[in-house]
Amino acid sequence: MKDTNYTKWQLWSLVILRVAIGWHFLYEGVVKLLNPNWSSLGYLMDSKGLFEGLFHSIAGNAALLNVMDFINMWGLILIGAGLIVGLFTRVAAISGIILLAFYYLSHPAIIGVSYAMPTEGSYLWVNKNLLELLTLWVLLLFPTWHTIGMDRFLFNKK
Amino acid sequence: MSDKEKETSGNNMNRRDVLKGLATVPVLGAMAYGTWRKKRQDHIRSHKLAKELNMSSESLEYTPYKHDGDTLRIGIIGFGIRGTQLMKAAGFAPPKTVQQWKDDYARDSRNKRYTDFLEQDDLNIQVTGVCDLFDVHAEDGLAAAANIGREGSDGTMGTSAKRYRNYRDMLAADDIDAVIIAAPDHWHAQMTIDAARAGKHVYAEKGFSLTMEENFTIREAVKTSGIVYQLGHQGRQTESYIKAKEAIDKKLIGKINLIEVCTNRNSPNGAWVYDIHPDANEQTVDWDQFQEPCEVKRPWSPERFFRWRCWWDYGTGLSGDLLTHEFDAINQILGMGIPASASASGGVYFYKDKAKGHYVNEIREVPDVWNAVLEYPDMDFSILYSASLASNHNRGKTIMGHDGSMELGNSLTVYADRQSTRYKDQIQSGLIDPALPIYTYIPGRKNVDSVATATEQYFAARGLLYTYRGGRRVDTTHLHIAEWIQSIREGTQPSCNIDQAFEEGIAAAMGIMAQRENRTVFWDKDNEQVVQG
Repeated sequence: MKDTNYTKWQLWSLVILRVAIGWHFLYEGVVKLLNPNWSSLGYLMDSKGLFEGLFHSIAGNAALLNVMDFINMWGLILIGAGLIVGLFTRVAAISGIILLAFYYLSHPAIIGVSYAMPTEGSYLWVNKNLLELLTLWVLLLFPTWHTIGMDRFLFNKK
Repeated sequence: MSDKEKETSGNNMNRRDVLKGLATVPVLGAMAYGTWRKKRQDHIRSHKLAKELNMSSESLEYTPYKHDGDTLRIGIIGFGIRGTQLMKAAGFAPPKTVQQWKDDYARDSRNKRYTDFLEQDDLNIQVTGVCDLFDVHAEDGLAAAANIGREGSDGTMGTSAKRYRNYRDMLAADDIDAVIIAAPDHWHAQMTIDAARAGKHVYAEKGFSLTMEENFTIREAVKTSGIVYQLGHQGRQTESYIKAKEAIDKKLIGKINLIEVCTNRNSPNGAWVYDIHPDANEQTVDWDQFQEPCEVKRPWSPERFFRWRCWWDYGTGLSGDLLTHEFDAINQILGMGIPASASASGGVYFYKDKAKGHYVNEIREVPDVWNAVLEYPDMDFSILYSASLASNHNRGKTIMGHDGSMELGNSLTVYADRQSTRYKDQIQSGLIDPALPIYTYIPGRKNVDSVATATEQYFAARGLLYTYRGGRRVDTTHLHIAEWIQSIREGTQPSCNIDQAFEEGIAAAMGIMAQRENRTVFWDKDNEQVVQG
């Protein structure tokens, strides 16, 4: 698959957006990797909404919690790096959407719930997880990695 | 394309390919550089701070108490609410209770009371005697004593204990080495003195005593007998208190001047307005024996029997019951001992309405809102205690010093003071931000801590229920009993021994006197007596 014929401005704007989101993912992952005390426990226990029970039961199971911590940390790192350098970018973007969907479902910005973790803004239904998810979705539909990114070497073979 | 580019078009396409393919890779370098810079800055800050504070960084080692040697034979006096908890902490619970925990666990695996109980260390003890004045409680105690396999309703039981209708017969028995006293406060003195005289080791619940005089008679009896005595302040086993002591010793908060401790509860149970058992009557309860130590004999009152904490005849109110937990926590950290003076006030402000179903016949005497000030002029600080049994507003223990303050619960947080002398330069240089903690200690931070009931949460938040040893969640009451058992086996003194208990008992008695006599009560430490100011 080839990238769409963008103008230079369109192409680089999309690439910058892709790299910025990749940066956010990667740094979130690296921070967790560098903190020996990090665990997703607190976040999971703070879950609210429809899937609260599911996330609490993950938190309650030590083995599952370890798996979750591992997937989170390395998922964030690999997705972030993938988006930045444009390697396996499609997979990275889809995985990113799935991960963000989990974050959104565990902490939905619905009426009548508040979270222990403070937020810096005000949200109703739409929060930053959802926005980042939608942005990744748009990036998925407007691919740039066959032009700018290492996928160029993998998928553009003549 | 420029002319120059056109000239070398063959190779140039490859180069452009590579450039475009790798165009964003340098961003990774920027990330690595930024992360390294930030990490380095954090490291320098924490390293400098750690050097400045000189606190040991390790989490405390879990050194399990030893359970070898002969099996100790224990008698339990009082199998009510606290007696049941103490027996559980010793490894014995009625099958129906274990079954309940088991069912709860099957329904929700986060409810870990069952697995926690199974994993609790075996103390190598046997319960050979159960004494309770209420038949139903005595039967439950016997069932718990027989449940040596910690099984549910379908389990196979061991030999049960002997039931004693009077504790004096239990103390006379040869197959009792030690007793756990969980009877109401008005019996603590007589039972402890009799047990000491009979040479039986004692684990007794707080309050230490009912009256000022009893503090002296209990201490005398325990000291002359040489028994191993432990007062039931399980907070002694809380890991964060040990860290708090280290922080105070290393002068993290400087000269201490004020300590604020509190109690907050908001339920009939928390306010000691317990349920009255439907099977309790004059046939199933030995009411005469219950009120034997009381000057005024009253007609059978199920309300007084179950809710004894609400009347001065039997209970010590917020002073002996709950101030003591806070007092003992601070006493193990600061070792401040008996206050030079105590003043106190309070009243029955919430649980005063028969119409609201608070009481059957009689309204409580013991305040449900109560405050006390303990003065320590020799150490230049005051301890302020305030309690409400009708508000759950959560307040921790705070120790305030000139250089910083410390918040204590299951975790420990230390803040520098903006006007601190010790941290003046560090605050100026930006190394220390007074808005952020300079030291935090959160035991078992990676562990799941989903406690079951609101009451348990209350205690857990105050460090009274669970502590962490080696990252493992342990019931502090279990550790406290385990320490007592080990001390008996090794002939050593446990952490909340008779001297510590005496200090707690005097402080609590001063609080009660201050409120009931509406005056400031002074303590003459040289002559060990209460004096007029």
